Amino acid sequence: MFGKLSLSSIPFDQPIVMVTLLMVAIGGAALFGGITYFRKWGYLWNEWFTTVDHKKIGIMYVILALVMLLRGFADAIMMRGQQALAAAGDQGYLPPHHFDQIFSAHGTIMIFFMAMPFIVGLMNLIVPLQIGARDVAYPFLNSLSFWLTASGVVLIMLSLFIGEFSTAGWLAYPPLSELQFSPGVGVDYYIWALQLSGLGTTLSGINFIVTILRMRTPGMTLMKMPVFSWTALVTNVLIVAAFPILTVTLALLGADRYLGMHFFTNDLGGNAMMYVNLIWIWGHPEVYILMVPCFGVFSEIISTFSGKPLFGYKSMVWATVAIGVLSFLVWLHHFFTMGSGANVNAFFGIATMVISIPTGVKVFNWLFTMYRGRIRFTVPVLWTIGFMVTFVIGGMTGVLLAVPGADFVLHNSLFLIAHFHNMIIGGVVFGCLAALNFWFPKAFGFKLEERWGKWSFWCWLVGFYVAFFPLYALGFMGATRRMQHYDNPAWQPYFVVAFIGAAIIMAGIGFTVLQIAVSIRNRAANRDLTGDPWGGRTLEWATSSPAPFYNFAVLPEVSELDQFWADKEHKRAYPRHAHYADIHMPRNTGVGVVMGGLATVLGFGLIWHIWWLAILGLAGMIGAFIARSYDRDVDYYVPGAEVEKIERERLVPLSKLIDQVGAAPAEQKVA
Amino acid sequence: MNTSVITAGHDVAGHHEHHDDGSKTLLGFWIYLMSDCLIFSGLFATFAVMAHAYAGGPTGKEIFDLKYVLGETMLLLVSSFTFGMAMLNMHAGRRNKVLAWLAITFLFGAAFVGMEIHEFAALIHEGAGPDRSAFLSAYFTLVGTHGLHVTCGLIWIVVMLDMVRRHGLDAVVKRRLSCLSLFWHFLDVIWICVFTFVYLHGVL
Repeated sequence: MFGKLSLSSIPFDQPIVMVTLLMVAIGGAALFGGITYFRKWGYLWNEWFTTVDHKKIGIMYVILALVMLLRGFADAIMMRGQQALAAAGDQGYLPPHHFDQIFSAHGTIMIFFMAMPFIVGLMNLIVPLQIGARDVAYPFLNSLSFWLTASGVVLIMLSLFIGEFSTAGWLAYPPLSELQFSPGVGVDYYIWALQLSGLGTTLSGINFIVTILRMRTPGMTLMKMPVFSWTALVTNVLIVAAFPILTVTLALLGADRYLGMHFFTNDLGGNAMMYVNLIWIWGHPEVYILMVPCFGVFSEIISTFSGKPLFGYKSMVWATVAIGVLSFLVWLHHFFTMGSGANVNAFFGIATMVISIPTGVKVFNWLFTMYRGRIRFTVPVLWTIGFMVTFVIGGMTGVLLAVPGADFVLHNSLFLIAHFHNMIIGGVVFGCLAALNFWFPKAFGFKLEERWGKWSFWCWLVGFYVAFFPLYALGFMGATRRMQHYDNPAWQPYFVVAFIGAAIIMAGIGFTVLQIAVSIRNRAANRDLTGDPWGGRTLEWATSSPAPFYNFAVLPEVSELDQFWADKEHKRAYPRHAHYADIHMPRNTGVGVVMGGLATVLGFGLIWHIWWLAILGLAGMIGAFIARSYDRDVDYYVPGAEVEKIERERLVPLSKLIDQVGAAPAEQKVA
Repeated sequence: MNTSVITAGHDVAGHHEHHDDGSKTLLGFWIYLMSDCLIFSGLFATFAVMAHAYAGGPTGKEIFDLKYVLGETMLLLVSSFTFGMAMLNMHAGRRNKVLAWLAITFLFGAAFVGMEIHEFAALIHEGAGPDRSAFLSAYFTLVGTHGLHVTCGLIWIVVMLDMVRRHGLDAVVKRRLSCLSLFWHFLDVIWICVFTFVYLHGVL
């Protein structure tokens, strides 16, 4: 009846898990009670859960990502604590089985449920605004994508309290992840959480490619498209080209585990290296899927706050495309030690080094954008400069690892760990936090406090170097990754320093939370009335903050790259129209959230071998989808009169404001 | 959001430029098909790697019955032709003929799936199931994934039969039939590759 599930599946004997469960239960009950007490369920359902508005979906993605950042970081600091203690004879406080789950969960959560939702959320929030569209191409599909991602999150959080998580690392290499060596439900949680969220990501990718290719505002040719939207286009092409391979790979692993097949087993012809090849054919493009939009974020920020157009826009676009193509030609550098032979290794080593050329082009473009600009050192700029320094160092260690000979020494050592955290924290996390500070006013209508933002930045920056530079040294000293304990007492001081670094990063995260909390409290003082708090250059700043649900009352005409900047220069920004046409908008739907819920049911049933539950979930998903296809009332018109009313409420006070501070944007011109 | 909204059905001049003429959906569907194509390419690559991993079990030469598979292939090819007839009649606006050709397509598709299930059942019965060797795992997964796609196509045809009956050949139905047509022909192309690289190459 309940498959493998029984009361003994709950780890009562593990105090750390039980205390966490208690805290989550209390927090969850408080949240649930609060929403009920303030009667907010209707509001949440109508305005958020069923929404098809790309801005609200984007916000939900980012909130999800921030929550999962806390979870992933809790795993990280537990590992650092364990390794700071467990030297020589000491076993630390985490038994091996628990430690193995923690490093697997940390990697899985940070990549799939922190970085990916953050990036997809940013694209949701900004891309339609930047290209002058009213929504994405398929608004319902967008909602479905989000809820499939959310169902993956629910499954991975459940694994903490019911059963166990995978102990096979964030990529679940076989044969360790096969039934023979991982008979529990951990790997099954991993497979189904990733399959569901991966499906959502693929659908998002298709959605955004069509949105960017077909819904740009009149006059916006591809080479007049803001650079963040360009990076979003490249990233979504990478998503559609890479994620199906992840789906196949995990499906084959699932076939081994569920149907007794022999793709990656040790016996009957299975080939574990096939899995490693397949997963990295997805996995290497994946790191660029995360990184490329952040390049776009930094480009927008550095140009805005230098008060100059981006240096070398065309070379930036071509560098982005080149990186996208090259990202598919380097996967084997993750396992030079497989022994494919000198020539194969040399090819992939050189291909890897070649990527540093377009990346170098980007770094110089950013530097030349700053050159002779009037730079304002706001929080987003601090993150950008911190990124440039950190990322270049990480890039250099990457080129070092790209030498197959050196890689044979450093493979799976802590040097590798330091390298990819250098890229992902220095690149992706800094990029996401820069974007959070930069676009927060566009999403919510008020700016984030600078002061706590700066505290957060400095803690992250210093904390990163303190936490990860000892790992480079440890890697050279021979320390490998994923050690629950080690015998060499000479390593311990480095691990202690790394733990201190992690604690400094924790302070940085704390300051980010504080920054958001203080900013919400002081929101009246930080209100963005113009919609253009930073002296922006692109279309997302032309509309109000937060943007009206239809984004633009009249679709803007574009004739240059930094259209909004040019409009302000020529005093034709904020046009008031005599007549507003009716606007065609998609209607909210609950099918996305229902299908997400049923997907969770399906995943849970499959994980615990509760077949009737799985069939119920799958049949429900198919049924809901078919029922949705019969719904013909999927859109409506906003009457022009109402658009006019909303626009007047903003533009009439705005015209007075602009007259008062009319000279402000012009002041920031290049000297 | 707001209170005074009007339903989309009303007809005011100048609204039509907001409507999707279907080309956006078709572009998105093409991109989806390409992503599906990548799923199959992953499975083909895996099959190529596993093609000789018999692990002492049966080889392709021993278990594939080419004549039987040729029968399956013919069913699917003919179903592509009958779907083409449905689309021609759709463009001509002949509702009842569309229904008839779709129904015929369904029958051919269902017969194909039936033959495949029968083939699989026979193999498993002979002890040549997917758990026998890596080669058979790859074979069952590749061919089975195609069969699963055809099954999804069959469900979709049933839904479309009902929609054509209810709504006639309006813009939404036409758009969906166009997508389904792409899907169905795409599966035919995949099957040609399966027939060539799995069956013919396996027997040679």
